[in-house]
Amino acid sequence: MNGVGAFLTNSAHWTGEDGIPHRLLQHLGYSFGALLFVVLIGLPLGLFIGHTGKGAFAIAGTANALRAVPTFGLLVYVVIALSGALPGNLSYLGPSLLVLVVLGIPAVLSNTYAGVQSVDPAARDAARGMGMTPSQVLWRVEVPNALPLILSGIRNAILQIVATATIAAYVSLGGLGRFILDGLAQRDYPQMAAGALLVSALAVALDLLMAGVQRLVVSRGITGRYARVPLDQRSEPTLTAV
Amino acid sequence: MIQYLRDHPDDVWQWFLAHVWLSVLPVLIGLLIALPIGWLASRFRWTYAPITNLAGVLYTIPSVALFIIMPSIIHTKILSPINVVVALTVYSVALLVRVVADGLSSVPVDVRAAATAMGFKGFGRFFKVELPIAVPVITAGVRVAMVSNVSLVSAAALIGVAQLGSLFTEGFSLQMTSTVLLGILLCLLLALTLDLLILTLNRWLTPWQRAVVSR
Repeated sequence: MNGVGAFLTNSAHWTGEDGIPHRLLQHLGYSFGALLFVVLIGLPLGLFIGHTGKGAFAIAGTANALRAVPTFGLLVYVVIALSGALPGNLSYLGPSLLVLVVLGIPAVLSNTYAGVQSVDPAARDAARGMGMTPSQVLWRVEVPNALPLILSGIRNAILQIVATATIAAYVSLGGLGRFILDGLAQRDYPQMAAGALLVSALAVALDLLMAGVQRLVVSRGITGRYARVPLDQRSEPTLTAV
Repeated sequence: MIQYLRDHPDDVWQWFLAHVWLSVLPVLIGLLIALPIGWLASRFRWTYAPITNLAGVLYTIPSVALFIIMPSIIHTKILSPINVVVALTVYSVALLVRVVADGLSSVPVDVRAAATAMGFKGFGRFFKVELPIAVPVITAGVRVAMVSNVSLVSAAALIGVAQLGSLFTEGFSLQMTSTVLLGILLCLLLALTLDLLILTLNRWLTPWQRAVVSR
């Protein structure tokens, strides 16, 4: 591990095109670019299927089948198949991003669906009985209740995307995976291990960040984390478990 | 695709076999390790949160990174397949510990009490009553671990460990989609076969589930 420390503390590795900050930014760029599309596609689709119940049969099957598809193989296949068809820079960036999106969607889609689906029917009925319109039921009852599952779906998607973006260095993408593959090509183990450690640290940091976000945005009525205020001093009436 | 298979039958067969043991072995070892840890987490509830949190963090680390970090922890060669086995074992343990703990905790209290009243205790009660009842829950976790292992193993081709993933690196250097497709299909076939095998094993281990359904 000594070599790794030397690699990480060498100031030459912290500047320029193949410096750590630039590679880290690239990795974050790919990951969040892909995540944006994953959420834009997976979230509305999951909400729609969960709310209406249409097309639910298709979800369970695809999510499980996709787990069996070898990520690395899919990446290589799509890159070879599409790289000729796209112009310039897009020819190597486009296919990789497409795969990152495809692999990220199932986590968000199936969790969003499961979250909305598992909302207590009594709560849904009560909302309807109070005169809420279908869209109010969705946004004021179903989404807040499904939020823990939706967010953990996004967490899983982030981990999947960050890991796959690492492998994508093989098909000439930038990012932290470059250290691993360049190190391998140059028989430079410290560089490989440094890349591996950086990717791991990034994954753990993003996951902790998402855990924090989850704690902030999920209603305390769902997590049951109430401030310890004596009952008679509470201003709002408390809601007992439904 | 068929052409490649016809030209290199021995290579593909060797890679297939390597892929089988690289995916299966970690799950088996992982399950053996996860059983006592999961038991601990379900028996002493205060250990549940720290154990599952640690498992969660381990599961967060990308598998390729773990393959590469392994040699510096266990002092193996960088290209050794042992790195892959150990890394994926860590993964499987991380996944299965929670499943085992939840499965054991799902054993109804009165069932445990009845077993105790019938004279089961300690190890006997664990192996003859609690563990069998937890089998369906544990099976679900083992299926996820096994199927995702088949996919994760193929990424080890990046660091030169030969298995079906070698078809992907081979296909990339030749720029042949058909070679890559062969690898993907064989991986899917293997994942499906192993999944069916686990389901059959689960059926055989839990005869009472059939009895209830067929009544």
